[in-house]
Amino acid sequence: MKRHALGMYAVLIYAFLHVPLLVLAVFSFNSSKFTVWRGFSLEWYRTAFRDSALVEASINSLIIALVASLLATVAGTVCAYGLWKRSAPVLSESLYLSLVTPEIVTGISLLALFQWMFRFLRIQLGMHTVILAHVAFSLAYVVIVVMARLRTFDPSLEEAAMDLGATEWQAFRRVTLPSILPGVIAAGLLAFTVSIDDYVITSMVAGVDSETLPMVIFQMARRGVSPVVNAISTIIVVVLGGLVLVSERIQR
Amino acid sequence: MESVLELREVSKHYPTHRAVDGVSLSIERGALYGLLGPSGCGKTTTLRLVAGFDSPTAGDILLNGSSLVSLKPYERNVNTVFQSYALFPHMTVRGNIEFGLKQRKAPVNDLDARVQRVVDLVQLTGKELRMPAELSGGEKQRVALARSLVLAPEVLLLDEPLSALDPNLRKQVRSELKALQRRTGITFVIVTHDQEEALSMCDRIAVMHQGKVEQIGSPEDIYLRPRTRFVAEFLGAMNWFKDIGVRPESTRVAKTGTVPAVVESSMFLGNCVQVRARTADGVSLVAEIPREENHFKPGDSVGLSWNPADEMRFPQEVN
Amino acid sequence: MQRLRALFLAPARAVNLFLFIAPMAIVLAYSLLSRGIYGGVERPWTLESYGRLFDPLYGGILLRSFWISGLSTLVCLVLGFPMAMFIARSGARRNLYLNLVILPFWTSFLVRTYAWMFLLRDTGLINTFLQWTGVIHEPLPLLYNDGAVILGLVYGYLPFMVLPLYTTLEKLDKSLLEASADLGAKPWVTLTRVVIPLSAPGIRAGSILVFITCLGAYLTPDLLGGSKTVMIGNVIQNQFTSARDWPFGAAASLALMALVMVLLIVILRRDKEQLL
Repeated sequence: MKRHALGMYAVLIYAFLHVPLLVLAVFSFNSSKFTVWRGFSLEWYRTAFRDSALVEASINSLIIALVASLLATVAGTVCAYGLWKRSAPVLSESLYLSLVTPEIVTGISLLALFQWMFRFLRIQLGMHTVILAHVAFSLAYVVIVVMARLRTFDPSLEEAAMDLGATEWQAFRRVTLPSILPGVIAAGLLAFTVSIDDYVITSMVAGVDSETLPMVIFQMARRGVSPVVNAISTIIVVVLGGLVLVSERIQR
Repeated sequence: MESVLELREVSKHYPTHRAVDGVSLSIERGALYGLLGPSGCGKTTTLRLVAGFDSPTAGDILLNGSSLVSLKPYERNVNTVFQSYALFPHMTVRGNIEFGLKQRKAPVNDLDARVQRVVDLVQLTGKELRMPAELSGGEKQRVALARSLVLAPEVLLLDEPLSALDPNLRKQVRSELKALQRRTGITFVIVTHDQEEALSMCDRIAVMHQGKVEQIGSPEDIYLRPRTRFVAEFLGAMNWFKDIGVRPESTRVAKTGTVPAVVESSMFLGNCVQVRARTADGVSLVAEIPREENHFKPGDSVGLSWNPADEMRFPQEVN
Repeated sequence: MQRLRALFLAPARAVNLFLFIAPMAIVLAYSLLSRGIYGGVERPWTLESYGRLFDPLYGGILLRSFWISGLSTLVCLVLGFPMAMFIARSGARRNLYLNLVILPFWTSFLVRTYAWMFLLRDTGLINTFLQWTGVIHEPLPLLYNDGAVILGLVYGYLPFMVLPLYTTLEKLDKSLLEASADLGAKPWVTLTRVVIPLSAPGIRAGSILVFITCLGAYLTPDLLGGSKTVMIGNVIQNQFTSARDWPFGAAASLALMALVMVLLIVILRRDKEQLL
């Protein structure tokens, strides 16, 4: 009996978690602007694709996410490997600290940094500052995911490789890295997802010409509910959700 | 007597304990050498020192007369078969075996021929394209062996080679390993805690205890003429009569004998009869007697005796 | 070997140093400076900003932030615990059920917050539906209040609670439950006297995670709380945009950081969840 009750409860919670997004998606196809269903229409999607500011922001977001996730994945993977070989408590604690720092604090600290850099190095806010910021906050995520994967890796495989003539670097490249690759890719996808969606930090360090998708959405949402936002939201959820599923599959 | 591997006063000290303490031994070329001892005695650490995964805190390790100690694992002509086999899971059997040769940038024709030869040697012909996950325990071991043998090392180190196998497989693999060693002529050094394994396979055995070597000798030497109490007890069961030790299979039971005792139990084990008896001082003794003599019952008063030639005497030892 | 390892750690060390430690140091410096005429900071050095933290106005905001975060955490715990139990008991399908909880979390936080705007506003789905069924005649003010913010936070961070709870429950020795039943305890008693006490580490981890995250919330109170619900995060952000009081924003940020760290140390001291 308890099992049944628990199962029904779970259904309720799943509904709570998923229905709001489904509702958003459903009403993105609503031909009417209001919250009453009038008919199926793709109008809002068309409007979204025709909005040049939106498209430009999306492209910015993609570029930023690709570059930042790539950099974060490389730096994070080798860092996780280094930590796995022998712990470096100062670095670990510092990374952990950066993880628990509230986003708003990270945002303003990076803004302060870039302001300082502007004053002394004449570096403006722009795509590059956003990319740096994204690398900063996604690094710890990558390290965690790759570390988790490394914990399932048998260290004697590296010893075997060295025993057979491979140097430490060769052992890493030919034995360890291929083995942990699913974890590395998953970490990369995670960094990508986190980067695409970030609003708080990005809004603080983006320049005038480097608006990202979340920033545009936020401004639109601030002005009030609009079916165009529904449409964009649905696209985002589907794409990011798909990426997460792919990431899960890879780690299997 | 050519010594291919020599350890001179090798020590590995940790802050908390001495894993290896002043170990000296000399291994003859072409021998099947055993490092035997209980877990924690330092045998695996010694192996790792020879392989190069750890460096000794004192002493020297010589391969064909030249010191190994400053060389990295990939610079030594010594290979290891790991206890878990450590096969590379993302490579085929062939990929695993080729690995070392590829590191050395061996020419392709030569490589293929050598790999094929060793695959046939360990009887894995036809399975070259399988992945490690698809192999049985015995097959995995053969890949690990092939992977190391193809590099023709001066010494092959094997860490507990039989422990990961099914118990019923072990006897068969034991003789296969010995045959393999004879056929290749490569010096094998085996680490094991199983005295039966060591006695049956090895030409020469070093018994280790608490980081030190207690005795080195042939299987017969260490079994029949143990030099310390530890070696005697580790190699097999022992009956102790003060400073004199006698193996159960050398102990006779009769109506009267040197040591009077009362039978506690008598079990027919098939190939022999095992009689447990207790002396007046409360000492428990075990005798293994011919199966025809299965007529003792609990409570019987008997006498235990033995051939003086089978005695092992140990003067009072300091622990 | 050591050189190689140092090389491996170098990029992360550089990123951490230049993009985390250095900015924090700058923030610290800013918090001790004075407000600049055109924004930014200038000398003299002063502790004035920290003094302003004790202004009763901000005290109210701090309390409200604690209240909202605390309530959100509690709701997450109450909702999340049975959920974690369900997943832990689901046997073969547990990965699927777990992923179903985590998946929405990794899509887009902004979108998920917006979804509640869509549902809760006066012309939103819930009000429209209730009016259509005749239950109410005028829209309920569901949006732009504390309740909406709590709802948004719970919705956003429930997975943060479920995951640690699940991990702890999953590791629970089933034979303890059997022993409890064997000794005569009814299911409810086993739950309250065996399961819940033994899941304390998970409860602590999940609660602290949710609480800390809620405390630093910015998006949710901004979109769902309107002008009425202001939390610490909003105050901080404000100092760097319209209010142009960087030193105060910096001081508030460091105060928030200190708060977070104290909570982490105090609550997790016993468990030491090694994430890294």
